[in-house]
Amino acid sequence: MTDNVHSAAGAPDERPPSSSVGLLGWLRGNLFNTWYNALLTVLIIGGLMRVIPPLLDWLIFSAHGFGAQATECRVPDSGACWGFVGDKLRFIMFGTFPYDQQWRPLVTIAIFIALLLASCDRRFWKPWLALLWAAGLAAVSVLMWGGVFGLTYVENALWGGLPLTLILSVIGLAVAFPAAILLALGRRSDMPAIRVISVTYIELIRGVPLISLLFMASVMFPLFLPTGVTIDKLLRAQVAFIMFAAAYMAEAIRGGLQAIPKGQYEAGDALGLSYWQNMRKVVLPQALAIAIPPLVNTFISFFKDTSLVIIIGLYDLLGTAKAALTDPAWRGFYREAYLFIGLIYWAFCFFMSKYSQKLERDLNRSHRR
Amino acid sequence: MKSGLLAAAAAAMVIGAVSGAQAGATLDAVKAKGFVQCGVNTGLAGFSNPDSSGNWSGLDADYCRAVAVALFNDPTKVKFTPLSAQQRFPAIQSGEVDMLSRNTTATLTRDTSVGLNFAPVTFYDGQGFMVSNKLGVKSAKELNGATVCVQSGTTTELNLADYFRANNMSYNPVVIESQDEVNAAFFAGRCDVLTTDASGLAGVRASVAPNPADYTILPEIISKEPLAPAVRHGDEQWYDIVKWVVYATIDAEEKGITSKNLDQFLNSQNPDVQRLLGTSAGMGKALGLDEKWAYNVIKTMGNYGEIFERNVGANTPLKLARGVNALWTNGGLQYAQPLR
Repeated sequence: MTDNVHSAAGAPDERPPSSSVGLLGWLRGNLFNTWYNALLTVLIIGGLMRVIPPLLDWLIFSAHGFGAQATECRVPDSGACWGFVGDKLRFIMFGTFPYDQQWRPLVTIAIFIALLLASCDRRFWKPWLALLWAAGLAAVSVLMWGGVFGLTYVENALWGGLPLTLILSVIGLAVAFPAAILLALGRRSDMPAIRVISVTYIELIRGVPLISLLFMASVMFPLFLPTGVTIDKLLRAQVAFIMFAAAYMAEAIRGGLQAIPKGQYEAGDALGLSYWQNMRKVVLPQALAIAIPPLVNTFISFFKDTSLVIIIGLYDLLGTAKAALTDPAWRGFYREAYLFIGLIYWAFCFFMSKYSQKLERDLNRSHRR
Repeated sequence: MKSGLLAAAAAAMVIGAVSGAQAGATLDAVKAKGFVQCGVNTGLAGFSNPDSSGNWSGLDADYCRAVAVALFNDPTKVKFTPLSAQQRFPAIQSGEVDMLSRNTTATLTRDTSVGLNFAPVTFYDGQGFMVSNKLGVKSAKELNGATVCVQSGTTTELNLADYFRANNMSYNPVVIESQDEVNAAFFAGRCDVLTTDASGLAGVRASVAPNPADYTILPEIISKEPLAPAVRHGDEQWYDIVKWVVYATIDAEEKGITSKNLDQFLNSQNPDVQRLLGTSAGMGKALGLDEKWAYNVIKTMGNYGEIFERNVGANTPLKLARGVNALWTNGGLQYAQPLR
């Protein structure tokens, strides 16, 4: 013991060789530790050198600002024309909604984001959250349709842009989710009729592409109606989305249900819980927690799938960007347009995936080993 | 009993369908609801595209407005339904829209089995080729072995294949889904030839080409694409109205009547002019419209030449020449049947 103290005091630690600490050491340890890693590092740095400077040049240094006109951008060797986004921003975000009323869809976007953020916080997971949603959706419909409180009426054929994307995906998912739970339970039910109906529905919907459902809803369906009777185009698309999402989410939830050990069901039964109590208090909380990754996967792909409504003439975010590109004065700036809306889609999807990771960690604590 | 009920229901539906298509029904329905529901393209530069504040502009959109003006003397009494290529025919057949003004080529099958009646052609188009001057090509017949940029899934692609096969030539297609990306590929040098409708070529050369003088549009036009507004079968009066609104704009140009000098013609002694402007009665009554219908259309929307120049003409970014869309008196194809 004393020997140790003595030697520690007598011979101070030597610094490690300078080649194994600091930046140089890190470089040696991680990038140049073997000859093939060194080669790869050199190649990748070379590639980045070729890509990054021209990209930055296009994005920033040679680019024209948000106030630029199309004619200023059409000079040789000029970079991005952010003037396109500047000029078309309101059209891309809100579509053909009446121009002087566009604060209404803006508030709608804010309400949706606030509702989503509130729903993400587990402290808000109380029965009154449903009331909050009802109030939020009522506010959204008043804002979008108007016709009351002195707001002019705006028919939903004029809705477009980000509010339309949010309405289609958020309402679609919110309605489809409970339906999906019922379908998943129905598929595992002991009652033959319910099981057959659930299986038929799920397999039928999953067996056709979303685009054909949208076509059926928007193109075939009106032909079966008497002349003059039309059901709103947006409603038809929304219903098609709900049907589609419900079938896919039902399968994700069924996966969760199957992962619950039989003992859990039997334990619930042994406690004398009814079927619904058993599901609500014992099985579903565990099953849904397990099903989070596939569910979020469905959410994300579904959010992006809303852009398919372009084929039935609804202007979602992608549709407005495409329509903005057809302005004769602004043709050809599609890189800027797609980059801009890509950023918006990415922000939403990235948030969803990050949040789901957090939720997974929180809810699956018991499963951690 | 049950089958009797079914038969009755089926009969009611048939009667409903027939009465829905009765002559005059569309006009009455449009007047009752107070606006024309018009199907347009979801976005085609110069023909129907929403501007930065969301208002529709373009030649096709203006013909929707012209019909609204003939009915209501108000160009805002029109609602636009943007339609994709697949949706357009079901939309007009099912009555979702009252008229289709969506760069639609008039063809025999569309006239018959699709059940459309085509109004006079508002734009004569046709497929052409554009090449870089560096290629030194003067005719499409010299394009053997060329690489051709073309949009996928269109008649353009089929016409291209037909043309090269008919002339015993080979080509390498570069097929891309979006026309903008097709254009970009061409100007980036990925192909020797760009093919699309001639109007599109001229527009692309004027607005997208780095240097328009470096590119030539070859003289061959390999397809006929007469673009015309359309209505559904079964309502002749409504068809007549749409048809004569188009003719009235062409007729006005033939007579030199524009939205600016219109009022000078009100005192004209020319019976043709009097009939057009409604100073001598009869034409409006025959169509079931106000006698001032054509006067209002020309006053508000202008004659055919004005509509053309405003949306796609030399002073617009598209910079299209009148070409075959000039009046027949100027060597073009636009010709109005006599308004009498």
